[in-house]
Amino acid sequence: MSQSVLKRNRETLRKLVVVALLMFGFGYALVPLYEKICEVTGINQVVKPDTVVNTQVDKSRTIVMEFDANARGDIAWELIPRERKRTVHPGELVHVVFDLKNTTDVSVQAQAIPSFGPQRAGLHVKKLECFCFTQQEIRAGESRELPVVLVVEPTIPQDVHTVTLSYTMFEVGGTQEPKTAMRPTGGNG
Amino acid sequence: MEAVHEHDHSHDHPTGLMRWVTTTNHKDIGTMYLWFSFAMFMVGGVMALIIRTELFQPGLQVVQPEFFNQMTTLHGLIMVFGAIMPAFVGFANWQIPMMIGAPDMAFPRMNNWSFWLLPPAGTLLVLSMFVPGGSAGVGWTMYAPLTVQQGMGMDLVIFAVHILGMSSIMGSINIVTTILNLRAPGMTMMKMPLFVWTWLITAYLLIAAMPVLAGAVTMTLTDRHFGTHFFNAAGGGDPVLFQHIFWFFGHPEVYIIAIPAFGVISQVIPAFSRKPLFGYASMVYATASIAILSFLVWAHHMYTVGMPVEAQLYYMFATMLIAVPTGVKVFNWVATMWKGSMTFETPMLFAIGFLFLFTLGGFTGLVLALTPVDVQLHDTYYVVAHFHYVMVAGALFSAFAGVYFWLPKWIGKMYDETLGKWHFWLSIIFFNLTFFVQHFLGLAGMPRRIPDYSLQFADFNMISSIGAFGFGLSQLLFLYILIKAIRSGEKAPEKPWDGADTLEWTHLPTPAPYHSFETPPTVK
Repeated sequence: MSQSVLKRNRETLRKLVVVALLMFGFGYALVPLYEKICEVTGINQVVKPDTVVNTQVDKSRTIVMEFDANARGDIAWELIPRERKRTVHPGELVHVVFDLKNTTDVSVQAQAIPSFGPQRAGLHVKKLECFCFTQQEIRAGESRELPVVLVVEPTIPQDVHTVTLSYTMFEVGGTQEPKTAMRPTGGNG
Repeated sequence: MEAVHEHDHSHDHPTGLMRWVTTTNHKDIGTMYLWFSFAMFMVGGVMALIIRTELFQPGLQVVQPEFFNQMTTLHGLIMVFGAIMPAFVGFANWQIPMMIGAPDMAFPRMNNWSFWLLPPAGTLLVLSMFVPGGSAGVGWTMYAPLTVQQGMGMDLVIFAVHILGMSSIMGSINIVTTILNLRAPGMTMMKMPLFVWTWLITAYLLIAAMPVLAGAVTMTLTDRHFGTHFFNAAGGGDPVLFQHIFWFFGHPEVYIIAIPAFGVISQVIPAFSRKPLFGYASMVYATASIAILSFLVWAHHMYTVGMPVEAQLYYMFATMLIAVPTGVKVFNWVATMWKGSMTFETPMLFAIGFLFLFTLGGFTGLVLALTPVDVQLHDTYYVVAHFHYVMVAGALFSAFAGVYFWLPKWIGKMYDETLGKWHFWLSIIFFNLTFFVQHFLGLAGMPRRIPDYSLQFADFNMISSIGAFGFGLSQLLFLYILIKAIRSGEKAPEKPWDGADTLEWTHLPTPAPYHSFETPPTVK
């Protein structure tokens, strides 16, 4: 191969390596991009306070709200709703309380993530106050009352009669350290 | 200075094992790619048979569910990254320099590296089964958060994917550079054989898509061990994000597998129809359109994650749009055969088998593109049937067609035509026996990746398992045909296929010499 061809080959190699590196970066760029798109379109904004525009109570309909909570992993927390079920009217302000107890002898950082069943009902249940908006730091043996204030909007589809609000409590921290070790507090995530 | 770079190409090359370890010859490397891919095909095939053995009857008889999950994962990864992709890179290595009149690939040493990264990666995948907790049981799609909860087998799989990705990217850079810079005088872009065109487009797809997969598995790795929360809901991450990143790679990957297969078929059909390829330019543009569209439709794999209706509509219509250029290709192949003086040697049989079954797989793909239908069929055996029609009857049959077609040029000996035909007919019958019934299973609601099933699925599963064993055993016949051809095949005539008109047939003796086109031919 002549010198000029070798030079051209190296040139092409250089360009293609740059493309490959850029695409590796693009994979990471999808992370903030995805967050931004979700924020703009309002998808998956489950841990931010909602705003309620219409608070007209619709006495003609009743919805059964069911409450459920669980902790992921084998971590010994207790997260229990004080009441399992409540019948509400669309538009009514609903207060419920969950009890969280850390039964371990270590302090943990935790985050609750809500989910709704049926999924499409979730768009119409607005949370004004929720312990899931912030991470909870619970010391060893500590108990805490966690409030939720929500409104079921009158726009909820007519065929929905029961909505389940379920919280999953996650331990914050990516490494799988032994559970007896003291966890670093704050700064993660 | 010039003299320093003038290599003496007639020097003796090392013999024995070292010849293969140190070789920079595109033909040697192509051969190694093809054999490696065949070995991985056997390993992945045994895993498929373990899956089908367990599914032969309802209930759990043969393996533990955890092991079953590992089998579905490794079968997918090994077949995609270890068997199909290296097979076509093997074809690219052998054929591209000969088809464009180049003496070798642009970067022969890097070529050696791209191949020799594969065996360690394959070893890691197989080794992952033997670490505590076994291999990853997460499916080849490696969805979070399951991947974050796996044992150390997952880490080995992640590293294997990294290495395979590096190998693919290096191979692709080599292919693009070779095609762009080393064509013989007169070989303009629009005179290149279609196989070369399809590989040029595929190589660009690989360079753009593989790094994204590398990013996705790296994020999984750091989520597992280094405290990041890309996919961990508790830390503000999102498991659905993984699916978006994965399928941004994953959908182009489908075409990375299919497009070189189109290239092989576009050489074989004209050769045995004794007519030039119908609509050459439209074939090039159709392939390029498919490649571009492939980056714009990824979320059709994830209709059930809860996307807004507008997004579902967009992905549905964009996906269905791909049927247009694909249809152009299918019609062009049929038009090439139209009024041709066709003969039906084994390569042509596999090409026609490809045409029928790939089109069928394309149709079920269209069905799955429809959001409301897909929501029903998501993660059922209908999907399994669909992608095996395009991966096995599409890519694999095309690879068989290519091997039978070019084998005489590579080794200078003919394969046994009768046995070749047997291989085709056994393959196509058992393939359909295995996968056609899976459409019915999927429509009836049988979920994929589960080791047990309800009783009403028993009969079709039994048929499918019988088909799978028949298909697997038929591939041993393929191995026998290859060994027989290499050991004692009849000497191949200079031009065994009279319709073949690319440079390797018209300008090179049979078998192709170890160093070809040291002085480039002139293409008119």
